[in-house]
Amino acid sequence: MASTIFRSLHTNPCLLHPTALLRRKDVILYCTMRSAQTQTAATPDKVKPQVKVAPNIQNKTLEKASKDYEAVIGIETHVQLNTLTKAFCSCPYNYGSPPNTSVCPVCMGLPGALPVLNMKVIESAIKVGLSLNCKLSFNSKFDRKQYFYPDLPKGYQISQFDVPIATGGYIDVDLPLEYGGGHRKFGITRVHMEEDAGKLLHSEGGSYSQESYERLRLTLSLFWILFVYFMQVDLNRAGVPLLEIVSEPDMRTGIEAAEYAAELQRLVRYLGVSNGNMQEGSLRCDVNISVRPIGNIEFGTKVEIKNLNSFSSVSRAIDYEISRQVLLHSQGEDKEIVQETRLWEEGAQKTVTMRKKEGLADYRYFPEPDLPGVFLTQDYVDGIRNTLPELPETKRRRYEKMGLSMQDVLFLANDVNVAEFFDTTITKGADVKLATNWIMGDIAAYMKNEKLTIDEIKLSPKELAELIASIKDGTISGKIGKEILFELLAKGGTVKGLIEEKDLIVDPAEIEKMVEKVVSENPKQLEQYRGGKTKLQGYFAGQVMKLSKGKANPGLLNKILLEKLNAKS
Amino acid sequence: MLSTLQPPRSLSHFRTNPTLLLRYTSLKPLSSLSSQPVIHSTITDQPQSPNPLPHSQILSTRHSLLSRHLTATQLADSFLARLRLTEPHLRSFLHVSDSVLAQARELDEKIQRNEELGPLAGVLVAVKDNICTAEMPSTAGSRVLEGYTPPYDATAVRKIKELGGIVVGKTNLDEFGMGSTTEGSAFQVTANPWDVSRVPGGSSGGSAAAVSARQCMVSLGSDTGGSVRQPASFCGVVGLKPTYGRVSRFGLMAYASSLDVIGCFGMSVADAGILLYAISGHDRLDASSSKREVPNLEAEFVSISSLDSKPLKGLRIGLIRETLDDGVDTGVTSAVRNAALHLEELGCFVNEVSLPSFSLGLPAYYILASSESSSNLSRYDGVRYGNQVPADELNSQYKDSRAKGFGSEVKRRILTGTYALSAGYYDANYKRAQQVRTIIRKSFKAALDEHDILISPAAPSAAYKIGEKKNDPLAMYAGDIMTVNVNLAGLPALVLPCGFVEGGSAGLPVGLQMIGAAFDEGKLLKVGHIFEQTLQNCNFVPPLIADEVTS
Repeated sequence: MASTIFRSLHTNPCLLHPTALLRRKDVILYCTMRSAQTQTAATPDKVKPQVKVAPNIQNKTLEKASKDYEAVIGIETHVQLNTLTKAFCSCPYNYGSPPNTSVCPVCMGLPGALPVLNMKVIESAIKVGLSLNCKLSFNSKFDRKQYFYPDLPKGYQISQFDVPIATGGYIDVDLPLEYGGGHRKFGITRVHMEEDAGKLLHSEGGSYSQESYERLRLTLSLFWILFVYFMQVDLNRAGVPLLEIVSEPDMRTGIEAAEYAAELQRLVRYLGVSNGNMQEGSLRCDVNISVRPIGNIEFGTKVEIKNLNSFSSVSRAIDYEISRQVLLHSQGEDKEIVQETRLWEEGAQKTVTMRKKEGLADYRYFPEPDLPGVFLTQDYVDGIRNTLPELPETKRRRYEKMGLSMQDVLFLANDVNVAEFFDTTITKGADVKLATNWIMGDIAAYMKNEKLTIDEIKLSPKELAELIASIKDGTISGKIGKEILFELLAKGGTVKGLIEEKDLIVDPAEIEKMVEKVVSENPKQLEQYRGGKTKLQGYFAGQVMKLSKGKANPGLLNKILLEKLNAKS
Repeated sequence: MLSTLQPPRSLSHFRTNPTLLLRYTSLKPLSSLSSQPVIHSTITDQPQSPNPLPHSQILSTRHSLLSRHLTATQLADSFLARLRLTEPHLRSFLHVSDSVLAQARELDEKIQRNEELGPLAGVLVAVKDNICTAEMPSTAGSRVLEGYTPPYDATAVRKIKELGGIVVGKTNLDEFGMGSTTEGSAFQVTANPWDVSRVPGGSSGGSAAAVSARQCMVSLGSDTGGSVRQPASFCGVVGLKPTYGRVSRFGLMAYASSLDVIGCFGMSVADAGILLYAISGHDRLDASSSKREVPNLEAEFVSISSLDSKPLKGLRIGLIRETLDDGVDTGVTSAVRNAALHLEELGCFVNEVSLPSFSLGLPAYYILASSESSSNLSRYDGVRYGNQVPADELNSQYKDSRAKGFGSEVKRRILTGTYALSAGYYDANYKRAQQVRTIIRKSFKAALDEHDILISPAAPSAAYKIGEKKNDPLAMYAGDIMTVNVNLAGLPALVLPCGFVEGGSAGLPVGLQMIGAAFDEGKLLKVGHIFEQTLQNCNFVPPLIADEVTS
């Protein structure tokens, strides 16, 4: 049905350059802050401001100039909510579905169709609002934001204008240690609910130049031009619920901004309201940035940057843009900085002008007459507040109190699933430091190599706790422990089962025999030992272990060995 | 032949039978009556009642089918025959269904098999073309939707079909409901059955004319500022505008979302009421539809014969003073005053009531309706459906598609609304109009706390000539003065013919508007039903079909 209704939009795509933004990208869909951090680590070397000055002079000038200026950065973040159905209709949304397979009269904007609010959207918005320490509007509403674009089926976006659901909050952020660490508090101006737009697609997956278009037009019938060439609209995403989170202009560097975005991602993942995936566009950041001489109270001219689809691009784009603006300021050309939207070009590692603002756009907002007001009750809000999970900031502070280093804290709390794995392991009685080491060490390495998440590995927190206990009480050696760990990671099973399978020697009599054999076969060493060279205990232990083919219980072994070595002294 | 369509007057007995009225939904075909021959009755065959009673076409259809006096096919045939006969003069339909007879035959087979029938079984319903129908084009009278067939039925249409009703076709209207004459249709001008040189009113002119000329039994219209009530008045039929939220708007192409309602036309109050009952109720597809329970409206239709001489004793009626001011035709004023006297005779206590904010309604309405329409009509961009004008560049495509797709009145309102919502003008226009709306709502509330029902003319004049106001939009807007306030307040209102003024060959009907409290349609229907049964010396069959229909 949809296919009969959807027609290609015959418009010259060359004139629609913003669509480059909307093209789908096939990227592997995992992203942790750790990788972002390592990427950002390379930033200062990579970014070479692309201005018409010789590089070294430029760097010197910049270095000098940047001490005199500060950047003011604010971020608008769009978080796609992972509700089962869209915001105003019952269509499901699954990223990557074939175009226009998840549409209905409502999200296609057919005549006569009406929006009906999905209450899960309100619930998610309240969760995020509370977690961002915001004040909630108990009496808010939806408004229509009006503009024409082919991906906007109704000609207006249902959004919130003057009464957003949440306002005036803040978020706590711990900066990565690679950048000196430190704690920051960034203000949140507002959180509001709105719907996503569709996407424009080129039917042939590529863009055409003006010349090839003209050639086509001359040689082919109009029908073919329509069929082969023109852009199409995919409305699968139209009507998917979004939260727009607007920060105060509290950030000063690319790292701060990237960490702010990473903390938002962490937050929505902890809350389970979004997958927060930047590559899929589930979390999109538009950055506003201006530069002013230090000491100035007035802001400089603000520039908006779009097309930032990773935390490292947020950080690098901002650093690039700061350099660009500082340089213009320092050369007295600050008039060259105009209010505009710039695009981050990943390939060239620079920002370029996308469109200059011609005055303020008038969206002619007015209250959405198809939807009733959004009225919250204290009971409803309290009910949601009581179900909130432990949030990243609280978790980090708790881990800190448990005595973990900041590096450990940041690693463990970064991913909600890792944190949960860790917490459960501890609950099962495992030693905090040992659990941390295992998770951050071998387990993390395994996940990275196998490209698995912690949910996908076969090891359970219970078995990890068991493993740690078995090593601690000497039932198995650290070496055997590691072997068992990798088996647990790959195949699952229990620590006890694997110990049995490995046929480990735990019978004291048997071990005693082996100890006696080794001691009697090494009289020289025994003499030295008894002469005070007690370090040789390790040698004996190694020999016994060798004899047992590594299967002797190290605890028992050492206990018996000591008894024997010290027996006749 | 056509005389068979008019059910025998003795059917008023049928109406007096409360079980038939109230429980007909569960009735099985009356097999005991099935052996009776089909009676080709005319009015002269029947005992003449002292007052010729307006009847319910819906109930008599049901009676005829269940008693096997007539088959659904016979009924459909005769209505279609009259439709074909009158349509060249009226042009009330933009599309006539080609499956009416097939559906009627299917129904007859059901009756043969003694299957249960829906309460609207065999009822021929016309639907305004801005209400979506899955199997018929739905254009809203606009070029921009020429040839567009929606993939779904509006909730109101779906309910009618589920209850056994047969959709005859799609009726003409002012483009997107914007107009008061139906001259604003992109496709054709509909004539008034009382005088084909006159307009039927609008915007639901096609639906009103179709019922008036008995091209169908009942019809659906939409009412944003009077688009059901004013054409009902012009065409001499009953028009019912329900409370905002009573009927789902899902599938009604939005003009002004906060004012739009789907309304009903019938030849009698009972028909309009029964149709309303069928389409009312909460719809999970329309967030603005009310969850309030729908009372059984049919219980209100009590036959006059079972009532005493003052059946409306104690009812407090307020005649809105401001609606009888200068600018209202004297013929209209006197018809409404006579109606007030008639209500007094029925036992009502009638006094004049002043609504000082009444005159503010018109400007507030035109700002709010235009503002909302400028937004609602944004979707007609030629991208997904409807007419698209190819262009080399995106903005040109929008401009050309909309320039060619919309008519001048629609453009006027889009421009007005865009202006009213623009930065710097919003507060003085849209916001101010919303404040006026609140004042109007409060003043109606106060008046309805003191009165059961408020009455007024439905329009300042009877039907005027085609072309008379076409080039004077302000004069046309002014004609909505009687009705727009009711939409702003979201209240229910019933318009029923109450008299005539001079004009045409047989005079022109005048409608009386009764306004009730929110969700109190029942009271309006009860009063209206008694009013029409007791109205003397009035026959609201238009001259166009008077020869065929005797009553």
